[in-house]
Amino acid sequence: MIMTEIAELKRIASQVRRDIIRMVHSCQSGHPGGSLGCADFMTALFFSELRHKPTAFSMEAKGEDVFLLSNGHISPVFYSVLARSGYFPVSELSTFRKMHSRLQGHPATLEGLPGVRMASGSLGQGLSAGCGIAEAKKLQHDQSLVFVLMGDGEQQEGQIWEAALYASGKKLDRLIGIVDWNGKQIDGPLEEVMPLGDLKAKYEAFGWKVIPFNGNSMEEVVDTLRAARAGAGKGMPQLLLMKTEMGMGVDFMMGTHKWHGVAPNDEQAAVALAQLQETLGDY
Amino acid sequence: MELKIINHQDTRSGFGDGMLELGRSMPEVVALCADLTGSLKLDAFQNAFPERFFQTGISEANMIGMAAGLATAGFIPFTGTFANFSTGRVYDQIRQSVAYSMKNVKICASHAGLTLGEDGATHQILEDIGLMKMLPGMTVINPCDYNQTKAATIAIAKRQGPVYLRFGRPKVPNFIPADTPFVIGKALMIKPGKDVSVFATGHLVWKAVEAVEILRQQGVDAELINIHTIKPLDEEAILESVAKTRCVVTAEEHQMNGGLGDSIAQLLARRMPAPVEMVAVNDQFGQSGKPEELLVAYGLNTPDIVAACHRALGRKNA
Repeated sequence: MIMTEIAELKRIASQVRRDIIRMVHSCQSGHPGGSLGCADFMTALFFSELRHKPTAFSMEAKGEDVFLLSNGHISPVFYSVLARSGYFPVSELSTFRKMHSRLQGHPATLEGLPGVRMASGSLGQGLSAGCGIAEAKKLQHDQSLVFVLMGDGEQQEGQIWEAALYASGKKLDRLIGIVDWNGKQIDGPLEEVMPLGDLKAKYEAFGWKVIPFNGNSMEEVVDTLRAARAGAGKGMPQLLLMKTEMGMGVDFMMGTHKWHGVAPNDEQAAVALAQLQETLGDY
Repeated sequence: MELKIINHQDTRSGFGDGMLELGRSMPEVVALCADLTGSLKLDAFQNAFPERFFQTGISEANMIGMAAGLATAGFIPFTGTFANFSTGRVYDQIRQSVAYSMKNVKICASHAGLTLGEDGATHQILEDIGLMKMLPGMTVINPCDYNQTKAATIAIAKRQGPVYLRFGRPKVPNFIPADTPFVIGKALMIKPGKDVSVFATGHLVWKAVEAVEILRQQGVDAELINIHTIKPLDEEAILESVAKTRCVVTAEEHQMNGGLGDSIAQLLARRMPAPVEMVAVNDQFGQSGKPEELLVAYGLNTPDIVAACHRALGRKNA
């Protein structure tokens, strides 16, 4: 990865963060904290690593990598990278969470939004769908990868561990799970609400290869995604344990769980946007 | 329709044999099972098409999610486990990953109702039809015998969208002629009549056949219609029958709340009010026992249908 590409991804991520703030501010609802924290990862995935066809979306994704968002509440970052990479018009971001929009509060397929393959919002379900798509790709002799982004609080759902057991037991080695490890959930610090203990050791005990990395360093994100692709097809599913800062990029949204699911008011939005450079043009 | 018992077979074997045929005719059909392959009669499919069979272990939530993923990629997944674990245990997975996501998943459920017998109420789900029919876009089918279950299994593979297919454990009379077409959403006339309409589904269809014969001997000309598809309901066939008979009995191995009777009563309240008597379980859990003992104990047997017909006739003529 040459430095100009890293610089370009950082420029895109800045615009993605602006989109997130403007979307949740406009409808006065939604989840900015986790969205901001995952902006670097989602930008690198959609603009650098993913082998996909944004302008020719197909539900079946034959010959394409698949991305599933399991923690559907961070829909603002998902919608921003989908629009910015060409799945649908950027102008549609203004309809987020409003009546008759394809951009539902949590991602859905019902309205036919290109780029969304599974509804998510009720937590814990994405990794199972990822297992199913990975099995399908095996049957189709398709060596593409399946990425599933999950929250750290979401790891408290039992279904995730059913899927984790299946993925290693059946050697789904083109399945890549990502856990957004920001340490915060709605009711407070994850360690107080329900500690996960040693999550790395837990996934390893379930038979996964675990790669910890800093999800707010574009260089590390890009390197980790490259490493994950190189590590695919070797008999084990991979889990990218992604340390992030909830609210990353907006100073007053960092270091607290308060902005998990709260929208900024006019004044706060103005302060936030002043910290985020407009690089690609606001929608 | 000629009514004679061809043989006694379990409806789940109709599912298993239907799956084997689908395996041969439709390469996009795949099967998933949560550690109940033998009970679901999926062994033959597994042996013939091992690469298209996914053993998930005792992880029903993951099985439903995986089915949604396989459907996303273009396959037609059939999931198999007991009816309780197929519905109540995984309701939110079905709701979000299958129904709301509009996935072409076929949820196939054995051991439904009281007639699984000795395992008792933990396994005897009597709420599954209601749970499934409330989901937008979900098709709900409860076939009555081996032949109909096999035909239904094959038919649902060709229907786009989520389907719930409910069948059972015990050997029961197999009487629907094997060449009877299975049309999803179309009621099946078993015996025309003019005095009372009997709408029956699942294992209670044969009980209703017996009841209609007893009624004939008593001078009552009952009409018997098999409603194998509870959703979408064949409203026109029901209204046509009730326009003639003006009174109704429903029969099913399910709670009164949420079952076939509830769907028919709702239709008639809107379109054609008429006395309705329901042969169903009334807000109770089941218990251990032999299937026939349970049907007697919970009022789902042939004489119960006969008595319900007399009550309906009495209300019509009051």
